[in-house]
Amino acid sequence: MVSKIKAFGAFAYDFVIGDDWSVALGVAIALAVTYGLSHAAKVSAWWLVPVVLLVLLPFSLWRAVRKH
Amino acid sequence: MGAGIALFVAVFLACAVEAVEATTIVLAAGTARDWRSATSGLVAGILVLAAITAALGPAVTKLPLPALRLFVGALLLVFGLQWLRKAILRASGHKELHDEDAIYKKQMAAAQAASSQRLGLVPDGYAFTLSFKGVLLEGLEVVFIVLTFGANAKNIPLAALAGLIAVVVVGLAGLAIRAPLARVPENTMKFVVGIMLTAFGTFWGAEGAGAKWPGSDAALLVIAPAIGCFALLLVAVLRRGSTTATGQPATPAVAQAEVS
Repeated sequence: MVSKIKAFGAFAYDFVIGDDWSVALGVAIALAVTYGLSHAAKVSAWWLVPVVLLVLLPFSLWRAVRKH
Repeated sequence: MGAGIALFVAVFLACAVEAVEATTIVLAAGTARDWRSATSGLVAGILVLAAITAALGPAVTKLPLPALRLFVGALLLVFGLQWLRKAILRASGHKELHDEDAIYKKQMAAAQAASSQRLGLVPDGYAFTLSFKGVLLEGLEVVFIVLTFGANAKNIPLAALAGLIAVVVVGLAGLAIRAPLARVPENTMKFVVGIMLTAFGTFWGAEGAGAKWPGSDAALLVIAPAIGCFALLLVAVLRRGSTTATGQPATPAVAQAEVS
């Protein structure tokens, strides 16, 4: 039973997070800040996610190239 | 209209990629082992998928739209960036290209080496299980793509039509040639799908978090090409980087053919 739960956990991690956890973390932070700016500060921060992408994608590629 | 076309193209390409992978597995199971068992696995997989879709479909459409967009947008962004990252690494020669022929041969060798065991009415349990798992896992991704894209765009019929056409076209092509669909430009398709998933994820994720896009839905027609241009720029930079480091271009012919 424990091994099945572990296997499902590994499958779910691989399915959702994938090879680079920093991408998932960056996306979560970007959306959380967008939410905060939109609801608390009443700023329509549509530009925030694209700006984060400009940094996150090259950073993730740099990590992958360096690893190989 | 423009957003509808973008929705159709994104769902069609994403589902076609998953269908190519499922077709390769079913073909390997049928060719190496037993066609009756592989077909039974295919049908059983489709029936389970239909049950999951019937259960999940109405539930997804009942979720409040902002929460759905935030959750699905986040998932699409993560998936899209992972796809795009791999596609950029492949196109720049830093990762091996996805080769459906090689995957087919590997599946065939594993299928031929496995022992045969009857499974109820099915003559070959291995072929049935291989085919069933392939169809179920790849099919779940198709269902996820259709339901989430359709629900977010408030156009499930269009998303379902795009997904259905993709699966039928790929399935019929596989059945007709009875060989892996190696000629499908899968690496290029994955590159485009990565761009589309990232674009829709960016749009829906930010909107679900409360942001208002300038131009509303039309913003998608700017976001997707912008992400595409940025991805191609990164491919060029990575290729130049590996050329500078080794003095040799990184698998230029293959990378050129796959991206262009």
